[in-house]
Amino acid sequence: MTSLTDQLLVLCLLLNFAVVGTSRLGFSVRAVAAQGVILGVLPALVHPFTLHLAAIVVGIIAVKGVAIPLFIGKAIRKAEIQREFEPFIGYIPSLVLGAIFTALAFVFAEKLPLAPEHEGLLFVPASIATLMCGFLILMGRRKAISQVIGYLLLENGIFVFGLLLAEAMPAMVEAGALLDLLVGIFVMGIVINHISREFSSLDTSRLSALRED
Amino acid sequence: MLQDVMRDPFVRVFLAVVLTAFSGIPGLFLRKGPTGQRLATLCALAASALALPAILAALLAGEHAAYLVRWTLPFGPCELLLDPLALFFLIPIFLVFPLGSLYANGYWPNASHPTTQPPVTFFYGLLAAAMALVVIARNGALFLMAWEVMALSGYFLLICEHRHREVRAAGTLYLIASHIGVAALFALFSLLASRVGSFVLPGAGALHLDPSAAFPFYLLALIGFGSKAGLMPLHIWLPSAHANAPSHVSALLSGVMLKMGIYGLLRVTTFFPERPLWLGAVLLSAGIVSAILGISLAAAQKDLKRLLAYSSIENLGIVAAALGSAFIGEATGNPRLAFLALTGGLFHILNHSLFKPLLFFSAGSVMHATGTRDLDLMGGLARKMPKSALLSAVGVVAICGLPPGNGFVSEFFIYLGWLSEATAPFPILALAAPLLALVGGIAVISFVKLFGAAFLGAPRSEGAEHGHESPASMLVPMGLLALLCLLGGVLPQGFLALTRPVLATLAPSAPGYRLPVSPLWFTAAALALLLLGSVIALFLKGRTAGHASHGPTWGCGYIAPTTRMEYTGTAFSGIFTTLWGGIVRTTVTGAKVTGFPPAPARVSYTPREIILERVVGPLFKLCDQGFSLLRRMQHGEVQVYILYIFVTLVLLLIWVR
Repeated sequence: MTSLTDQLLVLCLLLNFAVVGTSRLGFSVRAVAAQGVILGVLPALVHPFTLHLAAIVVGIIAVKGVAIPLFIGKAIRKAEIQREFEPFIGYIPSLVLGAIFTALAFVFAEKLPLAPEHEGLLFVPASIATLMCGFLILMGRRKAISQVIGYLLLENGIFVFGLLLAEAMPAMVEAGALLDLLVGIFVMGIVINHISREFSSLDTSRLSALRED
Repeated sequence: MLQDVMRDPFVRVFLAVVLTAFSGIPGLFLRKGPTGQRLATLCALAASALALPAILAALLAGEHAAYLVRWTLPFGPCELLLDPLALFFLIPIFLVFPLGSLYANGYWPNASHPTTQPPVTFFYGLLAAAMALVVIARNGALFLMAWEVMALSGYFLLICEHRHREVRAAGTLYLIASHIGVAALFALFSLLASRVGSFVLPGAGALHLDPSAAFPFYLLALIGFGSKAGLMPLHIWLPSAHANAPSHVSALLSGVMLKMGIYGLLRVTTFFPERPLWLGAVLLSAGIVSAILGISLAAAQKDLKRLLAYSSIENLGIVAAALGSAFIGEATGNPRLAFLALTGGLFHILNHSLFKPLLFFSAGSVMHATGTRDLDLMGGLARKMPKSALLSAVGVVAICGLPPGNGFVSEFFIYLGWLSEATAPFPILALAAPLLALVGGIAVISFVKLFGAAFLGAPRSEGAEHGHESPASMLVPMGLLALLCLLGGVLPQGFLALTRPVLATLAPSAPGYRLPVSPLWFTAAALALLLLGSVIALFLKGRTAGHASHGPTWGCGYIAPTTRMEYTGTAFSGIFTTLWGGIVRTTVTGAKVTGFPPAPARVSYTPREIILERVVGPLFKLCDQGFSLLRRMQHGEVQVYILYIFVTLVLLLIWVR
């Protein structure tokens, strides 16, 4: 079982690189959706089967793998943006930084004071690496939709960590995480709407016009 | 059962605080018509009627009572304490607040201020309740919370006319100054909590520390509470704040809120078994400097309320100097000095909370009647509003420290304390007496200017010409305060009895002393003076009766005088301000009169505070330059903000072990 889990987590890490290294927004969304599906399957592998667990798995796959990607895909079509041009951090440097962060994640995971049964698992470094890649995208891209993708990646990283911590997966933790995500997406949706209406563009760097001098 | 509960002074005070805090809430919903404001006034009067008798009775009996409130916050037990010191400072709150609330019905009615009246009424109650909570709190965290509510409601009251740029600037300055003070208080109470082990404030004399360990406590208290009390050089926020607030708000801010600074300072000093000599010396010198500079600046002002605000700095300076001398007396083993200075200082606290609201109320009446704050545009109001003029005259006499006002008695005790030092081993203290005399002299200049320019002479502007007497709702509070001012001067026994129990808490060795002057002498002197005054007035009236004629002042034969040629308030204080060029200056700007016949020319003048411009202003500019580096970090790029978060996260991950 562990080997399958580890393989899925490695797939997650690879998907991170796919998202970090591409300029096509549609591809990024699909990659994040695939990551969401993998994350949805993971609890089923880690914990013994219950009806409750099944509901959670279905819920996560439905939200992370289907609903949110569809939502963003619609936004991409509506805004008629296919690619991210002129990012702050280019794609090759992004890939290099992503690799460095992933390596660092393993270093940090060594240092974290974990419970003995969690030491040596791939969950912790995978979580930190995904989180950092999310940050990388948030920092490096201009378009508001890329920001949403970065945010999703960040949430996925947190989710992986949550898998480790919530041994019995209480429904509340799950519901909380999902609600968090949905609210985040909605807020971003509203922000995108407002940015495009105010500046007739989805370039978040234009937001600096709002600062006070 | 209920009766027994209601007899408990604490229950009554607590009920009054709650009633005060909620007094403005109905008004927030009853926005139409005067009902909301009347309800608030009713609540305020009821709260006062409930609390004041209980406070006075408990204070005179010297009662102590501590109460434990159940709360779930993690700051230790929430204790409330009613000791003489707290009770003493509750008196001004429950005296000025209801009167100001009543006054607002005529001064800030719903009819003319429909949008600002409900919030002003609400925050007015909240401010009073927060101040009462500050006084009775015996838990550092509760104290800070109440303190913050107090500061913020003061801010919202102050900026109620925020359409004016000047008001916004004053509000911002107040907020900054207030938070610098609060920062010091946070440090103070955290330090205290780390020493004591909990946020519960230590009892009187319960904190035994060696002098070097006690130093930061005193220093932080001086900064935090001194800035609230407006002691120089921490006074910069005070003049503009008090000048730009509505008058009934200024009355509460100046008459009561400034005293919270003094209260805090006194409360912190009671934690220690003995006060160091340097604290007394610092307080004394800061007080004297504040008094002299404050009143000198007041004399130069042409804005009525700014003048009163600077005079608040002076009065608080006198109080601080008196308390400082008391600490010096205590530290040098001179209980007589401690006794006299404390008596005078505490008495002066009460007095200032009587005559300063009275004067702010009368300033409000004058502004209500003329529509301006500029003294040089007033004049001749004594004829239009004789009652307000009479009541203001009482306030002016009292604040100048002249008999038969109450200010005379309190300052008299302070003088006695200092003069009796002349033969003591520490005679340098006696030098404070002539300085206080100087302050008194300048105060007379300032207030003669205020009264003369506003009420006497001929009207200098359209507004002053159409002035009208205020409604009863404004005159009654003024009348009551004026009565109390006179009462304090004629029968000081009652007021002195109120200071006694506080004295016993602050300086346990002092109350054994008897007053060197029997209070009866004050009564006799004041009555004689009043009698003499009335005899002279009657005599003059009799002499001019029948053949009095009214006309303009003789203008050296000039045949077309206008009221614009009248001696203005600024002209009156002009000679004085030229003597104080280093501290205060009146800049005159305007073109020279040229041509024949002379072309029209304009001239304007503004009083300037040199210390503020030369010292405090550049200091703040320096701070601004320092912080501009920090501002560069805030540039509006979302991505870079995320970078900050990321860097912090990575640093934390590296740091963890």
